[in-house]
Amino acid sequence: MIVFLAGQKLPGDPGRAILGPLAQESGVRQLDHKLGVDRPLLTQYDAWVTNLLHGDLGTSYEYNRPIAPMIRTALANSLKLALVAFLMCVPLSILAGVVAALSYGNWPDRTISVIGLSALGLPEFVSGVFLILIFGIWLNVLPLDATPPPGAGPGTQVYHLIMPAIPITLVLFGYIMRMARAGTIAVLDADYTRTAVLKGLPRRTVILRHVLPNALLPTITVVATQVGYMVGGLVLVEYLFHYQGIGALTYNAATNKDFPMLEAAVLVIGIIYLVCTLVADIAYTLLNPRLRLAAD
Amino acid sequence: MSSPQPRPDALVVDHLDIAYTVRGNLRSAVRDVSFRITPGQAYGLVGESGCGKSTIALALVNYLPRNGAVTGGSVEIDGTDVRSLRDESHRRRRARTVSMVYQDASRSLNPSMRIGRQVAEVFTVAGADRRQAAERAEQALARVRISDPAGVMRRYPHQLSGGMQQRVVIAMALAAEPALLILDEPTTGLDATVEAEVLDLVAALRQEISTALLFISHNLGVVARMCDRVGVLYAGELVEQGPAREVFTAPRHPYTVGLLRCIPRRDHLKGHGVLDTIPGFLPAPDADVTGCEFADRCALAEDRCRTDPPPMYPVGDGRGSRCHLHERAHELPRSTPPQARRAPEAVAATPLLQATGISKTFRSSGADVHALTNVDIEIRAGETLGLVGESGSGKTTLARVLLGIVEADAGAEVALDGQPLADKTHDRSREQIKAVQIVFQNPDSALNRRHTVRRLVGRALSKLSGLRGSTRDQRLLELTRSVRLADRYLDLRPGQLSGGLKQRVAIARAFAGAPRLVVCDEPTSALDVSVQAAVLNLLAELQGKEQVAYLFISHDLGVIRYLSDRICVLYLGRVLELGSAEAVFSAPHHPYTEALLSAVPTVDGSTNERIKLDGEIPSPANPPSGCVFHTRCPRKVGEICETDEPPLVEQEPGHAIRCHIPLAELRTMQKPERPAPAAIEPVA
Repeated sequence: MIVFLAGQKLPGDPGRAILGPLAQESGVRQLDHKLGVDRPLLTQYDAWVTNLLHGDLGTSYEYNRPIAPMIRTALANSLKLALVAFLMCVPLSILAGVVAALSYGNWPDRTISVIGLSALGLPEFVSGVFLILIFGIWLNVLPLDATPPPGAGPGTQVYHLIMPAIPITLVLFGYIMRMARAGTIAVLDADYTRTAVLKGLPRRTVILRHVLPNALLPTITVVATQVGYMVGGLVLVEYLFHYQGIGALTYNAATNKDFPMLEAAVLVIGIIYLVCTLVADIAYTLLNPRLRLAAD
Repeated sequence: MSSPQPRPDALVVDHLDIAYTVRGNLRSAVRDVSFRITPGQAYGLVGESGCGKSTIALALVNYLPRNGAVTGGSVEIDGTDVRSLRDESHRRRRARTVSMVYQDASRSLNPSMRIGRQVAEVFTVAGADRRQAAERAEQALARVRISDPAGVMRRYPHQLSGGMQQRVVIAMALAAEPALLILDEPTTGLDATVEAEVLDLVAALRQEISTALLFISHNLGVVARMCDRVGVLYAGELVEQGPAREVFTAPRHPYTVGLLRCIPRRDHLKGHGVLDTIPGFLPAPDADVTGCEFADRCALAEDRCRTDPPPMYPVGDGRGSRCHLHERAHELPRSTPPQARRAPEAVAATPLLQATGISKTFRSSGADVHALTNVDIEIRAGETLGLVGESGSGKTTLARVLLGIVEADAGAEVALDGQPLADKTHDRSREQIKAVQIVFQNPDSALNRRHTVRRLVGRALSKLSGLRGSTRDQRLLELTRSVRLADRYLDLRPGQLSGGLKQRVAIARAFAGAPRLVVCDEPTSALDVSVQAAVLNLLAELQGKEQVAYLFISHDLGVIRYLSDRICVLYLGRVLELGSAEAVFSAPHHPYTEALLSAVPTVDGSTNERIKLDGEIPSPANPPSGCVFHTRCPRKVGEICETDEPPLVEQEPGHAIRCHIPLAELRTMQKPERPAPAAIEPVA
């Protein structure tokens, strides 16, 4: 609803946007009427919700085509990018976090923490531009364009997605690494870790069996929530690498006052976010015997 | 001790120094500590918080925090110098010669692993295969008297009670039959009956295997019961050591003398006079003490105590005392005059607070949990009603109902001065709210850390007494002085105060509105004995002055006995016994009370024969039929106990017992307690 209102109330006129600044005032009015944007707000909202509940996302002003298939393609693209970024980022960050915690206060910890914090402060568009300059133009080892040529196999697709995935990895690295680090440090201090060490277990066993399962529980929640971010929040990255994902689609819709498209895109992103959070909670419950058994 | 042993001593600690690095400075935590434990012996380390007990224990297993290090001396366990052990193979070897059990068992077990796997690990690490390890884990659990080891193996730690968890931890610790077992406050936080069971278990296991014990506790009674020898730590130094019984009956160091006097003895009641305390505080960790560490708090101290650090003087019998004046230690004058307090005022006949038919049922995942069932109590003005029972007996729920924090089931009536009290604090008049106040167990969480003492108490004054401006400031000073808080503390925040001072602030706050009844929920259980004594003295003094009544909840029966006029024993939400403190504490009493009393270890070595309770306290969601205590009652008479709930009958004036056994019969079964002496025992 907020999306809907914001789209409607912000200055700017869809008819004008479509027809261009030189169009006749009467033509703009006529188009507005045809699109239905001159109707009262409530009527429009009612129509939108009714159509939505029937599975109809509406028709794009901009392209004059049904929205659903466009969203579907874009979403598939975004999920591919998110998957690549996820696979690059999560194991790396967790590993780094655990390594940092195990060397708490020593140089590996400090190095990793500094890298993580700097990466966290580095916006995607800055790191993205540097990556393009270094790998795309200077070294010329990675393609500039994230969209693979039509009919490309999965290998080529992944190859094209590596560079866009790096800025996302950098941003999330700081987040996930710090969660993993904090969780591991807390559990290393726990009494049951002491029990395990004093049993005479080898250090490897203590860490793999006693520390990590407990330490990484909270991290799982964060990771799953971040997947939602990866799908929805990639406007800049997708724009920068000319990738037809849902972020780019949202961005275009917003600049072109393509309200039905904007509303649909934001709605889909919201749903993805929700699903990810739900998955995170379920995973947490399943992995934690206390919660799992409380439900019995 | 010089006789040659075929086996090396289980533990030899020789001139051990431990220091922590705090902000770049080395801060000494343990200095020049030497003691030894022969194979199979039990050695107790006692002392108040901050004296270095746990630091020593952690140093023995090489598990000091990052900023802690052994800076001098040596530790030998089973003939091997622990400090020389560095690499993995040595570490594992060491883990087989020493194990450790520490306070909170729920935190010593991995929450996401089944018990069986955790116990079996000890055997797999020693080279057993999976099947063997599981079998031996089951045997290990059976050895610590767990009745259904196979079932317990499949559970997660949170599904076990505190006592069971501690058994599991002990089973793991003893699995490798180590030469030395360190028990660091193993029963702190457990109920008296559970504590007694765990101690019995440890004592029994000592007969079966030859493990030596290092037993660390702040509870002198527990140490007296368990240990052959004892060492008393003060400010990181061992100030006295020797055979436990002798140290506790004829201490040779003023600190030990003072510590023993702080404990309310079984026959010491508030009417007999104040408890002795140890004045002052531990020296600050960075303080530069040139002479004896204890000199500042010692009434015997002479000039040389402040300049020459005393060595450990041998005082015969393998005893030692780090005091120049060890021969006169017992002459230590009392820090508080032993004047007998005024005889308790004739307690008013009309009750101050009357609660009838209090039941409380909580709904928990579909099941009804009966926290309280038909409880009737009354509290008279100026008296202390002690509330006794194991955890889960409903003590705290009852207190909360009276305070109006928890709403009782329909049919309950609470009246103050004959006026009905509303169910919720919210609906009570301001006068009624003022009249009933509370002091919590943990002052840390009860006081807002961001406010100064002045603001904490001042706010209570303006809220409860409606005072403003200079009258409020004046009353504030009176109030804080009456709880013995020096004026200089007024502008400090709780984080800057010690535990005892914080509890004084909490007491001042409760007294801000001139209450008629103060609920004290375990107010001293987080405090050291010397501080506890001071707080108990304060409570008794305020009661004498203000005629305030207390509902006093504690698991420490010594404390309850010292302060209470009447005692109410709760079990599974029912009153099992209610009567004057004297009647409840001396036979005949309810079989449950009898068991509770027998579970308390005493310092003076006068051990009662312990009455064992079978099993655990049943779930209040599914209480036993008939008499709720019949499942664990050692004096069960027959079927009637399982079918009919006995009524709470006033069998002699002012003493009611809920039991099928008639009073006369109980009297013949139970040994009468030795009569309390009329005057306070002169320790000197």
